[in-house]
Amino acid sequence: MKRENREKGFFLKLFWSTFTLSAFTFGGGYVIIPLMRKKFVEQYHWIEEEEMLDLTAIAQSSPGAIAVNASILIGYRLAGIPGALLTILGTVLPPLIILSIISLFYQAFRDSQAVSAVMKGMQAGVAAVIADVVLTMGINVFREKKALPILIMFAVFIASYFFNVNIILIVVLCGLIGVIDALIGEKRRKERGV
Amino acid sequence: MIYLQLFWSFFQIGLFSIGGGYAAMPLIQKQVVDLNHWLSMGEFVDIITISQMTPGPIAINSATFVGIRIGGIGGALVATFGCVLPSCIIVLTIAYFYYKYRQLSLIQGALSGLRPAVVSLIASAGVSILLLTFWDGGVISLSGFDVVALCLFAAALFILRKWKPNPILVMALCGVAGFLLYYLL
Repeated sequence: MKRENREKGFFLKLFWSTFTLSAFTFGGGYVIIPLMRKKFVEQYHWIEEEEMLDLTAIAQSSPGAIAVNASILIGYRLAGIPGALLTILGTVLPPLIILSIISLFYQAFRDSQAVSAVMKGMQAGVAAVIADVVLTMGINVFREKKALPILIMFAVFIASYFFNVNIILIVVLCGLIGVIDALIGEKRRKERGV
Repeated sequence: MIYLQLFWSFFQIGLFSIGGGYAAMPLIQKQVVDLNHWLSMGEFVDIITISQMTPGPIAINSATFVGIRIGGIGGALVATFGCVLPSCIIVLTIAYFYYKYRQLSLIQGALSGLRPAVVSLIASAGVSILLLTFWDGGVISLSGFDVVALCLFAAALFILRKWKPNPILVMALCGVAGFLLYYLL
């Protein structure tokens, strides 16, 4: 966004919108992106629809939390590096404050029998939420009907759960396999095209 | 020294968790529970549970929580900074090249290799959490099996698959059920 197009109080507005989005978004990156789209595309008209889709793709394919990545991109796009720093701060502050408060009370909180019982029940709920996520993602991998991703999925589970192979090694290797597969696919397409 | 360790651990978590949310979970477990013994597995599951009930990414939540317990407010800031820094560098670099070339095919290639791997990494951490839920303390024995937890898990999973409600609602219900079944009975 060009400097002269920025309205008065632009930086405050940018900070405040990322802060409130982060403070009131439960459920992580997949939830915050549609809300960001609503705010920055539909409400403020700071970013165009199509560009938001591109930014989302970058946010999802980069390492780290999707919400943080998306806010970096929006800040950078609107006001360069200072904008990115501002939106990071806006996104990180709410969880930082909330978790600081919780950790102060954690011991007392955990020692209570009643809280323990609630946490134990919620733990079963978390396990179910994770199982649900894994099922949905796993079914999507099967639906692609490609041998390589299915093979990777089984191999990684065995390597990680039963053999405790270093996760970083797994991530790097699978990324490389994906790149090589993409390169081979591209080469084949070119050969067929000629 | 402890600040440096916190920074480095969460830097690695930030650098290697791709796909957001749950993808960070196995990495956090590795760094915080297995390697550095900053949290017990039980405390780690508490963090995941708390993260579900509070806003913000799991990685940032655990950075704050672990940081504060290990090195006070300073520790929380250092860990959070470490967690966010790789994103900053990489996202800005990709954005730069993206605007310059608008070419993402290699990144998308890498992503297509990572996606199935991430599913399994989450599944693998999920199994650890599941075992801890069914057997309190994670020690597997016939007598220690928690039937209530199994029923809650099955009911919650059924509701999630069938009606796709907001996960927070399901967790809150599980909390209420836990209170009734474990505390009052």
